[in-house]
Amino acid sequence: MKYPLRLGLFLVGAIGLAILYGLAIARMPGEHESLYGRLINQLSQPQQHIRDAVTAVNFDYRGFDTLGEEFILFISVTGAIVLLRETYEKKKEEQMDAITPGRAVSQTDAVRTWTLALTGPTVVFGVYIVIHGQLTPGGGFQGGVVLATAPLLIYLGESFEVFKRVTSTPLIEITEAIGAGGYAIIGIIGWLAGSWFLQNVFPLGDQNNPSVFTGGTVPAINLATGIEVTAGFTLLLSAFLQQTLADRGDS
Amino acid sequence: MSFDVNTILQLSVLALVAVAGTLVVLTRDPFSQTIGLSFFGLMLALMFFILQAPDVALSQIVVGAVALPLMVLLALARIRRQEFRREQKKGQEEKS
Amino acid sequence: MTYVALGVAAWLFVIGAYGMVTSKHLVHLCICLIVVQTSTYVLLSAIGFRAGATAPVFYDISLSTPAVDSVVQALMLTDIVVEATVAALLLALIVQIDKRTGTVDPNKIDLMKG
Repeated sequence: MKYPLRLGLFLVGAIGLAILYGLAIARMPGEHESLYGRLINQLSQPQQHIRDAVTAVNFDYRGFDTLGEEFILFISVTGAIVLLRETYEKKKEEQMDAITPGRAVSQTDAVRTWTLALTGPTVVFGVYIVIHGQLTPGGGFQGGVVLATAPLLIYLGESFEVFKRVTSTPLIEITEAIGAGGYAIIGIIGWLAGSWFLQNVFPLGDQNNPSVFTGGTVPAINLATGIEVTAGFTLLLSAFLQQTLADRGDS
Repeated sequence: MSFDVNTILQLSVLALVAVAGTLVVLTRDPFSQTIGLSFFGLMLALMFFILQAPDVALSQIVVGAVALPLMVLLALARIRRQEFRREQKKGQEEKS
Repeated sequence: MTYVALGVAAWLFVIGAYGMVTSKHLVHLCICLIVVQTSTYVLLSAIGFRAGATAPVFYDISLSTPAVDSVVQALMLTDIVVEATVAALLLALIVQIDKRTGTVDPNKIDLMKG
């Protein structure tokens, strides 16, 4: 639709939103503590032996919603990879690429030293955050995205071929599938144990000496989610990088 | 309204988030916008931290400041490469 | 303080929508969509906040310490990671649009057929 019409419609909508939003806020109490939130804060440790209430909500009390979100991630990554897959084009493209400007410069020693030196601690830190999800702030999603920056550091320090060698695509695709399917299989184990889907049926562990194994199914779900998020982001990165650099003569 | 340190921190970080969001939208060139997006993500992570949400801040730091601007920049590089190739093709067709 | 946060959420929503309406580059539009998504995070954080309360992690504090709402944070947590992948899907679509129609200007797309 034309630009002035679009802008006029938007202004009408914005003014209406402002009026309705102002009316809604004016009646809200300033700070209202919901009963559900307070219940979960009090009950997550005695009931499920999980110290971090957010992880308990994410993977135990509301684990089914997180399963859905994880599969949204899986499908989005699949969709992006399919869209970016380049069909092998004719020789003319290759001829034209021979005269495109700019080859990737090789990195300076300072960049290479620091990025390669920081890759190891990044992986260790990411695994630490994934495993300790039920004790301290952390969990599968956070640790997964931290772990996904490690291949990125390798790409920044070295060239694209080293990145491709480290992250060979079939292995990472299988890893992502294992992560996503593992979550669903843990839910099915709840069925096999005679209870509901995704019910917490593993042994809960000691309440007063928390370790990485307390919490029943939550450590296993954390691990599966961490694996899946890491593999998903690495696949996404690799697909975008391949599209941009593969025809420049780097690969 | 009491003026203790906590309230001042919260109000200033909220103001920073609003200003950063406005600047991200008002920058028209996408290449410059990614730097603003990275800064906006960092301000948002700071806001989550100050509003007592450490789990959310951990997610937002990596995603908002690293992964998202990176993907935007790579998509922009791809678009620029495609435009360059199209102009070359047009140049060659005009020559022949 | 809660009212200020709710106001910031509404402002981010409106300015992001304005950027989407008056955009001349599809990638700029995608980034403005991310700003609109961010307004929901600010809104959810403001709803769950309690003055003087601490984070809902009870590792070394007793269970009766007042803490902020944990359900709202769990909603935001997965959403941030999913938002990044959906933005990646949108960017892949934009790359394909540029390949097929030759332009990334949303005002001009239906004029050039690929």
